[in-house]
Amino acid sequence: MTTVSPTTNNERQTTNKLVASEYFVLFLCLVVFAAFAPFTPDFASSGNLWNIFTACLPLLLLATGQTLVLITGGIDLSVTASIGLSSVVGALVMGGDAGWLRGSPAAMPVAIAAMLATGALVGLFNGACIAWLRMPAFMVTLTTTMFFNGFAVWLAKRNVDAESIYNLPPAFLALGTQAWLAAFLAVVAALGAHLLLARTLLGRWLYAVGHNPRTSLISGVPVGGVTVSAYMLNGAFAAMTAILLTARLETGSPNHGKALLLDVIGAAVIGGTSLFGGKGKVMWTVFGVLFLSLLGNGLNLLNLSDFMITIIKGAVILIAALLDVWRNKFVRGS
Amino acid sequence: MNTPTNNDEQRTTHNETVVSFSGIEKSFFGVKVLKGVSFDVGAGSIVGLVGENGAGKSTLMNLLGGILQPDAGELRVNGQTYAPRNPNAARAAGIAFVHQELNLFPNLSIAENLHLTDFPRVGEKIVRGSSFVVRGDNEPASAPQRTTNNKQQTGGGLPWIDRRTLRSRTTELLRQVGLDHAPDTLVECLPAGERQLVEIAKALGADARVIILDEPTTSLSARECERLFTLMHQLRKRAIAIIYISHALGDVLRICDDLVVLRDGERVGGGETKEFTHDRLVSLMVGRQLNQLYPERSCWGAQAPSPVAVGALADHPDGARTAMIQNHVAKDSSAQTRTARARFAAAGAAALPILSVRSLTQPGIAHDISFDLAAGEVLGISGLMGAGRSELARILFGLDPCTSGEIQLAGQLLDGNPRQRIQRGLAFLTEDRRQEGLCMEASIADNIALVTLTQHSRTPARWLDFAGIKSAVSQMREAVRLSPKATDSQPVRTLSGGNQQKVVLGKWLLAEPKVLILDEPTRGIDVGAKFEIYQLIHQLADRGAGVLVISSEIEELIGICDRLLVMRHGELTGEFRREEFDREKILGSALHASKPLAADVRRL
Repeated sequence: MTTVSPTTNNERQTTNKLVASEYFVLFLCLVVFAAFAPFTPDFASSGNLWNIFTACLPLLLLATGQTLVLITGGIDLSVTASIGLSSVVGALVMGGDAGWLRGSPAAMPVAIAAMLATGALVGLFNGACIAWLRMPAFMVTLTTTMFFNGFAVWLAKRNVDAESIYNLPPAFLALGTQAWLAAFLAVVAALGAHLLLARTLLGRWLYAVGHNPRTSLISGVPVGGVTVSAYMLNGAFAAMTAILLTARLETGSPNHGKALLLDVIGAAVIGGTSLFGGKGKVMWTVFGVLFLSLLGNGLNLLNLSDFMITIIKGAVILIAALLDVWRNKFVRGS
Repeated sequence: MNTPTNNDEQRTTHNETVVSFSGIEKSFFGVKVLKGVSFDVGAGSIVGLVGENGAGKSTLMNLLGGILQPDAGELRVNGQTYAPRNPNAARAAGIAFVHQELNLFPNLSIAENLHLTDFPRVGEKIVRGSSFVVRGDNEPASAPQRTTNNKQQTGGGLPWIDRRTLRSRTTELLRQVGLDHAPDTLVECLPAGERQLVEIAKALGADARVIILDEPTTSLSARECERLFTLMHQLRKRAIAIIYISHALGDVLRICDDLVVLRDGERVGGGETKEFTHDRLVSLMVGRQLNQLYPERSCWGAQAPSPVAVGALADHPDGARTAMIQNHVAKDSSAQTRTARARFAAAGAAALPILSVRSLTQPGIAHDISFDLAAGEVLGISGLMGAGRSELARILFGLDPCTSGEIQLAGQLLDGNPRQRIQRGLAFLTEDRRQEGLCMEASIADNIALVTLTQHSRTPARWLDFAGIKSAVSQMREAVRLSPKATDSQPVRTLSGGNQQKVVLGKWLLAEPKVLILDEPTRGIDVGAKFEIYQLIHQLADRGAGVLVISSEIEELIGICDRLLVMRHGELTGEFRREEFDREKILGSALHASKPLAADVRRL
């Protein structure tokens, strides 16, 4: 469950070592940075870098949560639905013209608690279907995406007769305007996930279940419970993302974060987390997120059209994935 | 072949050489696993390739099968230099590799499996023969003609599968291996033995001249083995060479024409089978005299639990293995055995049952099973394949349900899921090491620590004590005498079978179980590692644990158990104490027939 350190001979060249290293994606980030910096003067400015950092926080949270699920050998496609539902629930609790606790000082803490609980409940539902009813994760989370997304729209329309809910309390909106606060929360959450994976019993169990659920079951690992907790944690991470997005966009809406799904899985996989389970680290995912964000931002600053950015981003992700396959082969094969 | 090579003298006298290895070397990660291996395989001969796990047998065969490429040395097939870049090239050269884990698709039919790479197509011109590397003038006129030639050169045709030809070809191939299934039968419907035969049919379909069989009998019943051996002899008559890898030395000595013994990547012996005895083969394989296959226990039978720490197992210094074996050999005097057995008789009555099973029943699987296991006792369960032994173990461990009956551990009812039973002191080494015993990609340390992780975690948040885990793992590595070459962070996938099994055993021993259930603990493991595993079993019993051993090898159970139970069709049909052990009688209660079949006697 610890990663295999690359077994490089002394005579092997440093480039080979670099390719096999777990910091390879960080190196790729530097390459992207060095490639863009000469062409876009703004790119390397501290303002822009802070911009990139704050903009990637939702992706960072989601990809970190997804990493936990991927390590167990599962996948969670329903994170966008979790975000939408959490956002609507939170907004319905604290704000708008029809908020259940509007104006009350307890509104914000209760709303945040409700959002986290919503995400965790969606995760519980997914996890229960997967672990106890033994349904395939892909199927379950694909269909619960539809279900919870529709449910979020229905909930919003029923209460405020619109999809978006405005007039959120200013204390909550501060989370969006004060970027350092959001950054602090996101970094603490990612650090927590890292410690969970690297230092705790549950972390070891997540890896074990991803490696081989049968062996884990026979060795006394509560496989069902471990799987469910991975999805619940991921749901909670989606809810945290919902908090950030809701505050930043000053609305509760079922449509927040909808474009993020592919980036989320892309970032985790580029980082080196395996889709087959048993392999992955929060740090790797952070590198993956950084890579995608640098690339997107750089292309933006080049004033390329949207479709051009999409084309290039897709191609670069594909190449990165290819490099990943290649270096895995390299590390293992020779 | 007509060009003289320096290997000419080494050739087996009775046959034409099909494959010759000369000076083959191969290294992994800078470690040499093959150090200049040379030998020849004659057409129409069965060559047994034996050696301990890690001796380099599989690597050698992977070179022949095109999966790996040699660093040095030369492979020749029919006298021509042969350097396959991939398995397809090997197949084209007439070499078929039947892997231990069969390469069949269970969800496809037999016909589809046999023709996966060359489906006959509608309107295809069929060009018979001439598909194989240099034949003709090399083949002596007296060489027996092969009865069929199934490989066909394809010539044009529509991209539709010709179902009729597919079926008739499949039927013909199945006939050659003695199967009469419909070609459309799904492979998942076949028992293990028949799948093996389908693999061989696939090899025949590809016009193989050389068939490599890697541990073909591990999952076969006695009758299926006989069938396989008969087929191998038929193939030999058709000038097909067979390279047979197996740990079942009795089989090897019985069916092979020639033997090649590998040890640590070197060919340490070889020649005609009649020059070898079982003992000579074993001593060649392990590189020392190994007079005894089973360790003698200081005191046979159940005894009062004596609190000896696991660490005591680790007291033997490095390299003490040989000394210990010799020590045990020395102790094997009949007088000592007699006293030990007498002590067993006395202790047997007084010993407390640590596990007692009463009227355990699950329809179709187990019927009214009752027995006691005493503390310090090694209890064997014998029986034929499918008698319900593994199923019984799974019920005991809580993996499978039972409709009625009761299990008690140390006088208290045992129920719940495996996790709860582990906490009560139960441990279970399953028969499927890869799928149920290990996380193959995970490290040695992570595998050994898996069961006992909970003990090393502290609240809040179940923080892990990594220093404690590390020391427990290294202590256990010494106790089970895991290969010192392996590092803690190495994935278990890279270990040999024997060392993998030691990891599984170590994982359970760390939990200090009260009852350890072992299902086929030495399957696919070399002689030296077997001996060490038997010792570990005895040491655990000496510490006061109860050990339940399930095995298909009667010899093994007779060698290590205090008492034996026999199962047949889900029922217990016999019980034997050590002084009553008798192969024929044990077999008699295992078999349905009143008289044991000759084939089954040999097998068990």
